[in-house]
Amino acid sequence: METPEQTVMERLEHGSAPPPDAEVPAAHTFEVKNVSIWYGEKLAIDNVTLDVAANAVTAIIGPSGCGKSTFLRALNRMHELTPKTRMEGTVLLNGEDLYSSTVDPAIVRRRVGMVFQKSNPFPTMTIGENVVIGLRLNGVRNQRFLNERLEKSLRMAALWDEVKDDLHKPGTSLSGGQQQRLCIARALAVEPEVILMDEPCSALDPIATAKIEELIYQLKARYTIVTVTHNMQQAGRVSDYTAFFYLGRLIEYGPTTKIFTNPGEKQTEDYITGRFG
Amino acid sequence: MRFERAHNHTWRKIKSALAVGIAFGSALLVITPLGLVFFYLLINGAGSVNWDFFTKLPAPVGALGGGMANAIVGTLELLALAGVIGIPVGVLGGVYLAEYGSARLNSVLRFLADVLNGIPSITWGVVVYGLIVLRFKGCSAYAGGLALALIMIPLILRTTEEVILLVPNGYREAALALGVSRWKTIVHIVMKTASKGIITGILLALARVGGETAPLLFTAFGNRFWNHSLSQPIAALPLQVFTYAISPYDDWHRQAWAGALVLVTGVFCVNILVRILTRGRGASVV
Repeated sequence: METPEQTVMERLEHGSAPPPDAEVPAAHTFEVKNVSIWYGEKLAIDNVTLDVAANAVTAIIGPSGCGKSTFLRALNRMHELTPKTRMEGTVLLNGEDLYSSTVDPAIVRRRVGMVFQKSNPFPTMTIGENVVIGLRLNGVRNQRFLNERLEKSLRMAALWDEVKDDLHKPGTSLSGGQQQRLCIARALAVEPEVILMDEPCSALDPIATAKIEELIYQLKARYTIVTVTHNMQQAGRVSDYTAFFYLGRLIEYGPTTKIFTNPGEKQTEDYITGRFG
Repeated sequence: MRFERAHNHTWRKIKSALAVGIAFGSALLVITPLGLVFFYLLINGAGSVNWDFFTKLPAPVGALGGGMANAIVGTLELLALAGVIGIPVGVLGGVYLAEYGSARLNSVLRFLADVLNGIPSITWGVVVYGLIVLRFKGCSAYAGGLALALIMIPLILRTTEEVILLVPNGYREAALALGVSRWKTIVHIVMKTASKGIITGILLALARVGGETAPLLFTAFGNRFWNHSLSQPIAALPLQVFTYAISPYDDWHRQAWAGALVLVTGVFCVNILVRILTRGRGASVV
Protein backbone atom coordinates (compact mmCIF):
# COMPACT_ATOMS: atom_id res chain seq x y z
CA MET A 1 0.00 0.00 0.00
CA GLU A 2 1.13 3.46 -0.78
CA THR A 3 1.49 5.70 2.24
CA PRO A 4 1.60 9.49 2.02
CA GLU A 5 5.22 9.48 3.08
CA GLN A 6 6.25 7.16 0.29
CA THR A 7 4.55 9.17 -2.36
CA VAL A 8 6.15 12.38 -1.26
CA MET A 9 9.55 10.74 -0.95
CA GLU A 10 9.22 9.39 -4.47
CA ARG A 11 8.04 12.70 -5.74
CA LEU A 12 10.88 14.51 -4.07
CA GLU A 13 13.42 12.00 -5.35
CA HIS A 14 12.25 11.79 -8.89
CA GLY A 15 11.15 15.36 -9.09
CA SER A 16 7.96 14.41 -10.89
CA ALA A 17 4.55 15.38 -9.61
CA PRO A 18 2.02 12.74 -10.63
CA PRO A 19 -1.38 14.49 -10.41
CA PRO A 20 -0.52 18.21 -10.27
CA ASP A 21 0.93 19.52 -13.43
CA ALA A 22 1.08 23.25 -13.85
CA GLU A 23 0.78 22.99 -17.66
CA VAL A 24 -2.48 21.04 -17.71
CA PRO A 25 -5.35 23.16 -16.41
CA ALA A 26 -6.98 21.11 -13.66
CA ALA A 27 -10.61 21.47 -12.67
CA HIS A 28 -10.93 24.19 -10.07
CA THR A 29 -13.17 23.97 -7.03
CA PHE A 30 -12.53 27.51 -5.85
CA GLU A 31 -11.64 30.51 -7.92
CA VAL A 32 -10.53 33.29 -5.61
CA LYS A 33 -10.14 36.67 -7.27
CA ASN A 34 -8.63 39.80 -5.73
CA VAL A 35 -9.83 39.01 -2.23
CA SER A 36 -8.95 41.45 0.53
CA ILE A 37 -10.24 41.15 4.08
CA TRP A 38 -10.13 43.68 6.88
CA TYR A 39 -10.71 43.21 10.59
CA GLY A 40 -11.78 46.70 11.53
CA GLU A 41 -8.94 48.84 10.17
CA LYS A 42 -6.46 45.99 10.00
CA LEU A 43 -5.82 44.48 6.58
CA ALA A 44 -5.62 40.71 7.12
CA ILE A 45 -5.70 39.50 3.49
CA ASP A 46 -4.23 41.67 0.80
CA ASN A 47 -5.52 41.15 -2.72
CA VAL A 48 -5.17 37.37 -3.02
CA THR A 49 -5.97 35.58 -6.27
CA LEU A 50 -5.73 31.81 -6.32
CA ASP A 51 -7.47 28.79 -7.85
CA VAL A 52 -7.94 25.67 -5.74
CA ALA A 53 -7.69 22.43 -7.70
CA ALA A 54 -10.48 19.89 -7.40
CA ASN A 55 -9.86 16.50 -5.78
CA ALA A 56 -6.47 17.56 -4.53
CA VAL A 57 -5.03 18.69 -1.24
CA THR A 58 -3.96 22.31 -1.10
CA ALA A 59 -1.84 23.30 1.87
CA ILE A 60 -1.64 26.88 3.11
CA ILE A 61 1.57 27.63 4.95
CA GLY A 62 3.10 30.71 6.47
CA PRO A 63 4.13 32.19 9.80
CA SER A 64 1.60 33.01 12.54
CA GLY A 65 -0.56 35.99 11.74
CA CYS A 66 0.03 35.77 7.99
CA GLY A 67 -3.67 35.39 7.25
CA LYS A 68 -3.76 31.64 6.57
CA SER A 69 -6.75 30.97 8.78
CA THR A 70 -8.57 34.09 7.63
CA PHE A 71 -8.15 33.03 4.02
CA LEU A 72 -9.37 29.52 4.83
CA ARG A 73 -12.40 30.84 6.68
CA ALA A 74 -13.23 33.14 3.79
CA LEU A 75 -13.80 30.00 1.71
CA ASN A 76 -16.93 29.11 3.70
CA ARG A 77 -17.75 32.56 5.06
CA MET A 78 -16.79 31.62 8.61
CA HIS A 79 -14.67 34.75 8.90
CA GLU A 80 -17.91 36.75 8.91
CA LEU A 81 -18.54 35.55 12.45
CA THR A 82 -15.81 37.90 13.64
CA PRO A 83 -17.36 41.33 14.21
CA LYS A 84 -16.38 44.24 11.97
CA THR A 85 -14.99 42.23 9.08
CA ARG A 86 -15.07 43.66 5.60
CA MET A 87 -14.30 41.87 2.40
CA GLU A 88 -13.66 42.73 -1.23
CA GLY A 89 -13.22 40.45 -4.22
CA THR A 90 -14.99 37.29 -5.30
CA VAL A 91 -14.86 33.64 -4.34
CA LEU A 92 -16.42 31.20 -6.79
CA LEU A 93 -17.28 27.66 -5.67
CA ASN A 94 -17.63 25.55 -8.81
CA GLY A 95 -18.49 28.72 -10.65
CA GLU A 96 -21.02 30.11 -8.14
CA ASP A 97 -20.33 33.31 -6.26
CA LEU A 98 -20.28 32.51 -2.54
CA TYR A 99 -20.70 36.16 -1.64
CA SER A 100 -23.63 36.99 -3.87
CA SER A 101 -26.33 38.78 -1.90
CA THR A 102 -28.79 35.94 -2.57
CA VAL A 103 -26.57 33.28 -1.04
CA ASP A 104 -27.27 32.11 2.52
CA PRO A 105 -24.02 31.58 4.45
CA ALA A 106 -25.55 28.47 6.05
CA ILE A 107 -25.92 26.88 2.61
CA VAL A 108 -22.33 27.78 1.77
CA ARG A 109 -21.17 26.03 4.94
CA ARG A 110 -23.22 22.96 4.15
CA ARG A 111 -21.31 22.68 0.87
CA VAL A 112 -17.94 23.63 2.35
CA GLY A 113 -17.29 21.71 5.57
CA MET A 114 -14.71 22.58 8.15
CA VAL A 115 -12.52 20.84 10.71
CA PHE A 116 -10.93 22.90 13.44
CA GLN A 117 -7.60 23.00 15.21
CA LYS A 118 -9.07 21.94 18.51
CA SER A 119 -11.32 18.92 18.20
CA ASN A 120 -14.76 19.99 19.33
CA PRO A 121 -17.28 17.13 19.53
CA PHE A 122 -20.44 18.39 21.20
CA PRO A 123 -20.12 17.49 24.90
CA THR A 124 -23.82 16.81 25.43
CA MET A 125 -24.02 14.23 22.65
CA THR A 126 -23.00 10.64 22.07
CA ILE A 127 -20.59 9.61 19.34
CA GLY A 128 -23.49 8.70 17.07
CA GLU A 129 -25.42 11.90 17.76
CA ASN A 130 -22.33 13.96 17.05
CA VAL A 131 -21.97 12.48 13.58
CA VAL A 132 -25.54 13.06 12.44
CA ILE A 133 -26.28 16.32 14.27
CA GLY A 134 -25.63 18.38 11.14
CA LEU A 135 -28.23 16.37 9.23
CA ARG A 136 -30.68 16.43 12.13
CA LEU A 137 -30.51 20.18 12.58
CA ASN A 138 -30.83 20.62 8.84
CA GLY A 139 -34.16 18.84 9.02
CA VAL A 140 -33.40 15.18 8.21
CA ARG A 141 -35.77 12.94 10.21
CA ASN A 142 -35.56 9.56 8.47
CA GLN A 143 -33.88 7.30 11.03
CA ARG A 144 -32.74 4.67 8.55
CA PHE A 145 -31.13 7.31 6.39
CA LEU A 146 -29.40 8.79 9.44
CA ASN A 147 -28.09 5.36 10.47
CA GLU A 148 -26.74 4.71 6.99
CA ARG A 149 -25.05 8.06 6.87
CA LEU A 150 -23.67 7.54 10.36
CA GLU A 151 -21.88 4.34 9.40
CA LYS A 152 -20.74 5.68 6.04
CA SER A 153 -19.29 8.86 7.55
CA LEU A 154 -17.50 7.01 10.32
CA ARG A 155 -16.08 4.54 7.80
CA MET A 156 -14.84 7.37 5.60
CA ALA A 157 -13.25 8.98 8.65
CA ALA A 158 -11.55 5.64 9.44
CA LEU A 159 -13.20 5.55 12.83
CA TRP A 160 -15.97 2.99 12.39
CA ASP A 161 -14.02 -0.06 13.52
CA GLU A 162 -12.88 1.71 16.68
CA VAL A 163 -16.26 3.05 17.80
CA LYS A 164 -18.95 0.86 16.22
CA ASP A 165 -19.77 -0.75 19.59
CA ASP A 166 -19.59 2.53 21.51
CA LEU A 167 -21.87 4.79 19.47
CA HIS A 168 -23.93 5.59 22.57
CA LYS A 169 -20.92 6.79 24.58
CA PRO A 170 -20.19 10.51 24.89
CA GLY A 171 -18.15 11.93 22.03
CA THR A 172 -15.80 13.46 24.55
CA SER A 173 -14.88 9.99 25.88
CA LEU A 174 -12.68 9.37 22.83
CA SER A 175 -8.96 10.08 22.62
CA GLY A 176 -7.76 13.34 21.06
CA GLY A 177 -7.01 11.78 17.68
CA GLN A 178 -10.30 9.87 17.65
CA GLN A 179 -12.17 13.06 18.56
CA GLN A 180 -10.62 14.82 15.60
CA ARG A 181 -11.63 11.97 13.28
CA LEU A 182 -15.10 12.15 14.83
CA CYS A 183 -15.18 15.82 13.87
CA ILE A 184 -14.13 14.86 10.34
CA ALA A 185 -16.93 12.28 10.24
CA ARG A 186 -19.36 14.94 11.46
CA ALA A 187 -18.24 17.26 8.68
CA LEU A 188 -18.50 14.45 6.09
CA ALA A 189 -22.00 13.48 7.17
CA VAL A 190 -23.61 16.53 5.58
CA GLU A 191 -21.90 15.56 2.29
CA PRO A 192 -19.97 18.72 1.56
CA GLU A 193 -18.09 19.29 -1.67
CA VAL A 194 -15.02 20.65 0.04
CA ILE A 195 -13.39 20.14 3.42
CA LEU A 196 -11.42 22.93 5.01
CA MET A 197 -9.01 21.99 7.77
CA ASP A 198 -7.55 24.56 10.10
CA GLU A 199 -4.38 22.99 11.53
CA PRO A 200 -6.20 19.71 12.16
CA CYS A 201 -3.20 17.95 13.71
CA SER A 202 -1.55 20.67 15.74
CA ALA A 203 -2.95 19.34 19.03
CA LEU A 204 -2.26 15.68 18.25
CA ASP A 205 0.61 13.30 18.93
CA PRO A 206 2.63 11.89 15.98
CA ILE A 207 0.67 8.64 15.73
CA ALA A 208 -2.71 10.38 15.72
CA THR A 209 -1.27 12.88 13.25
CA ALA A 210 -0.17 10.09 10.92
CA LYS A 211 -3.69 8.67 10.96
CA ILE A 212 -5.26 12.00 10.08
CA GLU A 213 -2.73 12.53 7.29
CA GLU A 214 -3.49 9.08 5.92
CA LEU A 215 -7.16 9.98 6.06
CA ILE A 216 -6.63 13.27 4.24
CA TYR A 217 -4.79 11.38 1.55
CA GLN A 218 -7.71 8.99 1.10
CA LEU A 219 -10.39 11.65 1.25
CA LYS A 220 -9.04 13.62 -1.68
CA ALA A 221 -10.35 10.97 -4.04
CA ARG A 222 -13.83 12.31 -3.27
CA TYR A 223 -13.28 15.77 -1.86
CA THR A 224 -11.31 18.88 -2.47
CA ILE A 225 -9.31 19.59 0.65
CA VAL A 226 -7.74 22.83 1.78
CA THR A 227 -5.64 22.61 4.92
CA VAL A 228 -3.78 25.18 6.93
CA THR A 229 -0.66 23.89 8.63
CA HIS A 230 2.26 25.13 10.64
CA ASN A 231 4.12 21.94 9.98
CA MET A 232 6.30 22.03 6.86
CA GLN A 233 6.84 18.29 6.77
CA GLN A 234 3.12 17.78 6.95
CA ALA A 235 2.49 20.14 4.06
CA GLY A 236 5.13 18.21 2.11
CA ARG A 237 3.60 14.86 2.99
CA VAL A 238 -0.07 15.44 2.36
CA SER A 239 -0.49 18.24 -0.14
CA ASP A 240 -0.46 18.41 -3.91
CA TYR A 241 -0.34 22.19 -4.02
CA THR A 242 1.08 24.65 -1.55
CA ALA A 243 0.33 28.32 -1.07
CA PHE A 244 2.76 30.40 0.97
CA PHE A 245 1.25 33.41 2.72
CA TYR A 246 3.21 36.18 4.35
CA LEU A 247 1.79 39.35 5.96
CA GLY A 248 -1.58 38.80 4.34
CA ARG A 249 -0.20 38.39 0.84
CA LEU A 250 0.06 35.28 -1.28
CA ILE A 251 3.79 35.07 -1.94
CA GLU A 252 3.94 31.89 -3.94
CA TYR A 253 1.57 29.18 -5.06
CA GLY A 254 2.23 26.03 -7.03
CA PRO A 255 2.70 22.26 -6.93
CA THR A 256 4.07 21.24 -3.54
CA THR A 257 7.08 19.52 -5.08
CA LYS A 258 8.08 22.73 -6.79
CA ILE A 259 7.51 24.96 -3.76
CA PHE A 260 9.55 22.64 -1.58
CA THR A 261 12.39 21.79 -3.98
CA ASN A 262 12.66 24.85 -6.14
CA PRO A 263 10.80 27.82 -4.69
CA GLY A 264 10.58 30.81 -6.97
CA GLU A 265 10.61 33.41 -4.22
CA LYS A 266 13.36 34.14 -1.75
CA GLN A 267 10.83 34.56 1.11
CA THR A 268 9.36 31.13 0.48
CA GLU A 269 12.76 29.52 0.49
CA ASP A 270 13.75 31.30 3.70
CA TYR A 271 10.60 30.19 5.44
CA ILE A 272 10.75 26.60 4.29
CA THR A 273 14.44 26.10 4.90
CA GLY A 274 14.24 27.84 8.24
CA ARG A 275 11.70 25.33 9.36
CA PHE A 276 13.46 22.40 7.83
CA GLY A 277 16.75 23.05 9.61
CA MET B 1 22.00 39.96 60.03
CA ARG B 2 21.26 36.39 60.91
CA PHE B 3 19.47 37.41 64.02
CA GLU B 4 17.35 39.88 62.08
CA ARG B 5 16.41 37.29 59.51
CA ALA B 6 15.36 34.83 62.18
CA HIS B 7 13.39 37.52 63.90
CA ASN B 8 11.61 38.42 60.66
CA HIS B 9 10.88 34.82 60.03
CA THR B 10 9.16 34.38 63.37
CA TRP B 11 7.21 37.60 62.92
CA ARG B 12 6.13 36.51 59.45
CA LYS B 13 4.93 33.21 60.84
CA ILE B 14 2.88 35.03 63.45
CA LYS B 15 1.38 37.35 60.86
CA SER B 16 0.54 34.44 58.62
CA ALA B 17 -1.12 32.52 61.43
CA LEU B 18 -3.03 35.63 62.39
CA ALA B 19 -4.31 36.14 58.85
CA VAL B 20 -5.39 32.51 58.53
CA GLY B 21 -7.06 32.75 61.92
CA ILE B 22 -9.04 35.85 60.96
CA ALA B 23 -10.09 34.30 57.66
CA PHE B 24 -11.22 31.12 59.42
CA GLY B 25 -13.09 33.15 62.01
CA SER B 26 -14.87 35.10 59.27
CA ALA B 27 -15.84 31.92 57.48
CA LEU B 28 -17.23 30.56 60.73
CA LEU B 29 -19.15 33.80 61.29
CA VAL B 30 -20.77 33.38 57.88
CA ILE B 31 -21.88 29.83 58.54
CA THR B 32 -22.95 30.24 62.16
CA PRO B 33 -26.18 32.20 61.50
CA LEU B 34 -27.34 29.50 59.08
CA GLY B 35 -26.76 26.86 61.72
CA LEU B 36 -28.44 28.97 64.40
CA VAL B 37 -31.46 29.75 62.25
CA PHE B 38 -31.99 26.16 61.28
CA PHE B 39 -31.48 24.93 64.83
CA TYR B 40 -33.83 27.52 66.29
CA LEU B 41 -36.48 26.78 63.68
CA LEU B 42 -36.23 23.07 64.46
CA ILE B 43 -36.65 23.63 68.19
CA ASN B 44 -39.61 25.96 67.82
CA GLY B 45 -41.27 24.66 64.69
CA ALA B 46 -40.68 20.93 64.45
CA GLY B 47 -43.35 20.21 67.06
CA SER B 48 -46.04 21.91 64.96
CA VAL B 49 -45.11 20.34 61.63
CA ASN B 50 -47.56 17.49 61.37
CA TRP B 51 -50.06 16.03 58.94
CA ASP B 52 -52.63 18.70 59.77
CA PHE B 53 -50.16 21.43 58.95
CA PHE B 54 -49.94 20.21 55.34
CA THR B 55 -53.60 19.29 54.89
CA LYS B 56 -55.77 21.73 56.83
CA LEU B 57 -56.84 25.32 56.45
CA PRO B 58 -55.90 27.82 59.14
CA ALA B 59 -58.10 27.47 62.19
CA PRO B 60 -60.23 30.44 63.31
CA VAL B 61 -58.88 32.59 66.10
CA GLY B 62 -59.12 30.77 69.41
CA ALA B 63 -59.55 27.33 67.90
CA LEU B 64 -56.52 25.10 68.23
CA GLY B 65 -54.96 23.17 65.36
CA GLY B 66 -55.39 23.97 61.74
CA GLY B 67 -52.69 24.12 59.08
CA MET B 68 -51.29 25.99 56.15
CA ALA B 69 -52.35 23.78 53.27
CA ASN B 70 -53.77 26.73 51.36
CA ALA B 71 -50.57 28.74 51.86
CA ILE B 72 -48.33 25.92 50.68
CA VAL B 73 -50.41 25.37 47.57
CA GLY B 74 -50.68 29.15 47.13
CA THR B 75 -46.92 29.55 47.16
CA LEU B 76 -46.61 26.79 44.56
CA GLU B 77 -49.24 28.50 42.39
CA LEU B 78 -47.50 31.85 42.73
CA LEU B 79 -44.18 30.26 41.81
CA ALA B 80 -45.78 28.60 38.78
CA LEU B 81 -47.22 31.95 37.65
CA ALA B 82 -43.92 33.71 38.28
CA GLY B 83 -42.09 30.97 36.38
CA VAL B 84 -44.41 31.13 33.38
CA ILE B 85 -43.74 34.86 33.06
CA GLY B 86 -40.22 35.12 34.41
CA ILE B 87 -38.39 32.08 33.04
CA PRO B 88 -38.92 32.70 29.30
CA VAL B 89 -38.23 36.41 29.58
CA GLY B 90 -35.17 35.91 31.77
CA VAL B 91 -33.68 33.08 29.70
CA LEU B 92 -34.31 34.71 26.33
CA GLY B 93 -32.98 38.02 27.63
CA GLY B 94 -29.85 36.24 28.84
CA VAL B 95 -29.47 34.57 25.44
CA TYR B 96 -29.78 37.96 23.75
CA LEU B 97 -27.14 39.50 25.99
CA ALA B 98 -24.73 36.61 25.46
CA GLU B 99 -25.27 36.00 21.74
CA TYR B 100 -26.64 39.12 20.11
CA GLY B 101 -26.62 42.85 20.58
CA SER B 102 -23.77 45.31 20.34
CA ALA B 103 -21.11 45.56 23.03
CA ARG B 104 -22.27 49.00 24.10
CA LEU B 105 -25.99 48.17 24.25
CA ASN B 106 -25.19 45.00 26.14
CA SER B 107 -23.10 46.73 28.76
CA VAL B 108 -25.99 49.15 29.34
CA LEU B 109 -28.49 46.27 29.60
CA ARG B 110 -26.19 44.36 31.92
CA PHE B 111 -25.82 47.39 34.15
CA LEU B 112 -29.58 47.91 34.27
CA ALA B 113 -30.14 44.25 35.13
CA ASP B 114 -27.69 44.58 38.01
CA VAL B 115 -29.50 47.70 39.21
CA LEU B 116 -32.81 45.78 39.04
CA ASN B 117 -31.25 42.97 41.08
CA GLY B 118 -30.42 45.49 43.78
CA ILE B 119 -33.89 46.99 44.07
CA PRO B 120 -35.59 46.20 47.41
CA SER B 121 -38.24 43.59 46.79
CA ILE B 122 -41.06 45.64 48.34
CA THR B 123 -40.60 48.11 45.51
CA TRP B 124 -41.81 45.46 43.08
CA GLY B 125 -44.88 45.02 45.24
CA VAL B 126 -45.57 48.75 45.00
CA VAL B 127 -44.96 48.78 41.24
CA VAL B 128 -47.36 45.91 40.63
CA TYR B 129 -49.85 47.44 43.04
CA GLY B 130 -49.84 50.61 40.95
CA LEU B 131 -49.85 48.85 37.59
CA ILE B 132 -52.19 45.91 38.18
CA VAL B 133 -53.96 45.98 41.54
CA LEU B 134 -55.30 49.52 41.24
CA ARG B 135 -56.31 49.04 37.62
CA PHE B 136 -58.17 45.78 38.20
CA LYS B 137 -59.47 46.91 41.56
CA GLY B 138 -58.22 44.07 43.69
CA CYS B 139 -55.33 41.93 44.80
CA SER B 140 -54.91 38.69 42.92
CA ALA B 141 -52.68 35.70 42.39
CA TYR B 142 -51.81 37.18 39.00
CA ALA B 143 -50.50 40.35 40.62
CA GLY B 144 -48.48 38.36 43.15
CA GLY B 145 -47.04 36.11 40.45
CA LEU B 146 -46.11 39.12 38.37
CA ALA B 147 -44.33 40.79 41.29
CA LEU B 148 -42.31 37.63 41.88
CA ALA B 149 -41.62 37.29 38.14
CA LEU B 150 -40.23 40.83 38.01
CA ILE B 151 -37.76 39.88 40.74
CA MET B 152 -36.83 36.66 38.94
CA ILE B 153 -36.21 38.14 35.52
CA PRO B 154 -32.96 40.03 36.15
CA LEU B 155 -31.66 37.14 38.29
CA ILE B 156 -32.29 34.54 35.59
CA LEU B 157 -31.11 36.89 32.88
CA ARG B 158 -27.72 37.39 34.44
CA THR B 159 -27.08 33.73 35.33
CA THR B 160 -28.22 32.60 31.88
CA GLU B 161 -25.95 35.12 30.20
CA GLU B 162 -22.99 34.05 32.28
CA VAL B 163 -23.34 30.32 31.67
CA ILE B 164 -23.93 30.86 27.95
CA LEU B 165 -20.76 32.93 27.72
CA LEU B 166 -18.94 30.01 29.32
CA VAL B 167 -19.78 27.74 26.36
CA PRO B 168 -16.58 27.59 24.28
CA ASN B 169 -16.83 29.30 20.94
CA GLY B 170 -15.57 26.14 19.24
CA TYR B 171 -18.99 24.53 19.63
CA ARG B 172 -20.78 27.44 17.98
CA GLU B 173 -18.30 27.41 15.12
CA ALA B 174 -18.56 23.64 14.73
CA ALA B 175 -22.34 23.86 14.39
CA LEU B 176 -22.32 26.88 12.09
CA ALA B 177 -19.70 25.16 9.91
CA LEU B 178 -22.18 22.30 9.42
CA GLY B 179 -24.56 24.77 7.82
CA VAL B 180 -26.78 24.98 10.89
CA SER B 181 -28.57 28.30 11.27
CA ARG B 182 -27.61 30.72 14.02
CA TRP B 183 -30.84 30.25 15.93
CA LYS B 184 -30.72 26.45 15.82
CA THR B 185 -27.08 26.58 16.88
CA ILE B 186 -28.02 28.64 19.90
CA VAL B 187 -30.99 26.49 20.89
CA HIS B 188 -29.66 23.01 20.14
CA ILE B 189 -25.96 23.40 20.79
CA VAL B 190 -25.24 26.41 23.00
CA MET B 191 -28.27 26.29 25.29
CA LYS B 192 -28.14 22.51 25.49
CA THR B 193 -24.50 22.67 26.52
CA ALA B 194 -25.32 25.33 29.11
CA SER B 195 -28.61 23.74 30.20
CA LYS B 196 -27.42 22.65 33.64
CA GLY B 197 -26.26 26.17 34.40
CA ILE B 198 -29.48 27.69 33.08
CA ILE B 199 -31.62 25.31 35.14
CA THR B 200 -29.50 26.05 38.20
CA GLY B 201 -30.11 29.77 37.72
CA ILE B 202 -33.85 29.20 37.38
CA LEU B 203 -34.03 27.02 40.50
CA LEU B 204 -32.05 29.50 42.57
CA ALA B 205 -34.30 32.34 41.40
CA LEU B 206 -37.41 30.29 42.30
CA ALA B 207 -35.95 29.53 45.73
CA ARG B 208 -35.18 33.19 46.22
CA VAL B 209 -38.65 34.50 45.34
CA GLY B 210 -40.38 31.58 47.05
CA GLY B 211 -39.40 33.11 50.37
CA GLU B 212 -40.32 36.69 49.48
CA THR B 213 -42.95 38.35 51.65
CA ALA B 214 -42.74 42.04 50.90
CA PRO B 215 -43.72 41.99 47.20
CA LEU B 216 -46.79 39.90 48.05
CA LEU B 217 -48.14 42.17 50.81
CA PHE B 218 -50.29 44.28 48.53
CA THR B 219 -50.38 42.07 45.44
CA ALA B 220 -51.29 38.50 46.44
CA PHE B 221 -52.48 39.89 49.77
CA GLY B 222 -53.01 36.51 51.44
CA ASN B 223 -56.13 34.49 51.99
CA ARG B 224 -57.33 32.41 54.91
CA PHE B 225 -59.22 30.08 52.62
CA TRP B 226 -58.65 28.14 49.43
CA ASN B 227 -58.17 30.30 46.41
CA HIS B 228 -60.64 29.37 43.68
CA SER B 229 -59.61 31.85 41.03
CA LEU B 230 -56.25 33.32 40.13
CA SER B 231 -57.90 36.73 39.92
CA GLN B 232 -58.67 36.54 43.66
CA PRO B 233 -56.27 37.11 46.57
CA ILE B 234 -54.19 34.05 47.34
CA ALA B 235 -52.35 32.76 50.41
CA ALA B 236 -48.58 32.32 50.43
CA LEU B 237 -46.40 30.63 52.99
CA PRO B 238 -44.18 33.64 53.80
CA LEU B 239 -47.24 35.91 54.04
CA GLN B 240 -48.96 33.51 56.39
CA VAL B 241 -45.83 33.27 58.52
CA PHE B 242 -45.67 37.06 58.63
CA THR B 243 -49.33 37.40 59.61
CA TYR B 244 -49.08 34.73 62.28
CA ALA B 245 -45.78 35.97 63.67
CA ILE B 246 -47.10 39.48 64.38
CA SER B 247 -50.30 38.14 65.92
CA PRO B 248 -50.73 37.98 69.70
CA TYR B 249 -51.69 34.28 69.82
CA ASP B 250 -49.27 31.60 70.98
CA ASP B 251 -50.83 28.95 68.79
CA TRP B 252 -50.35 31.14 65.73
CA HIS B 253 -46.76 31.74 66.76
CA ARG B 254 -46.16 28.01 66.78
CA GLN B 255 -47.73 27.76 63.33
CA ALA B 256 -45.49 30.59 62.14
CA TRP B 257 -42.41 28.69 63.34
CA ALA B 258 -43.60 25.61 61.53
CA GLY B 259 -44.24 27.62 58.37
CA ALA B 260 -40.79 29.16 58.50
CA LEU B 261 -39.26 25.72 58.99
CA VAL B 262 -41.11 24.32 55.97
CA LEU B 263 -40.07 27.31 53.88
CA VAL B 264 -36.40 27.04 54.82
CA THR B 265 -36.46 23.28 54.25
CA GLY B 266 -37.95 23.88 50.81
CA VAL B 267 -35.22 26.35 49.88
CA PHE B 268 -32.65 23.97 51.34
CA CYS B 269 -33.96 21.12 49.18
CA VAL B 270 -33.82 23.26 46.05
CA ASN B 271 -30.21 24.10 46.82
CA ILE B 272 -29.38 20.42 47.35
CA LEU B 273 -31.06 19.68 44.00
CA VAL B 274 -28.90 22.34 42.40
CA ARG B 275 -25.78 20.77 43.89
CA ILE B 276 -26.75 17.36 42.53
CA LEU B 277 -27.52 18.84 39.12
CA THR B 278 -24.25 20.72 38.85
CA ARG B 279 -22.14 17.85 40.11
CA GLY B 280 -23.24 15.19 37.59
CA ARG B 281 -21.11 13.54 34.94
CA GLY B 282 -18.86 15.90 32.99
CA ALA B 283 -21.01 15.73 29.90
CA SER B 284 -21.59 19.45 30.05
CA VAL B 285 -19.21 22.33 30.52
CA VAL B 286 -21.30 24.37 32.90
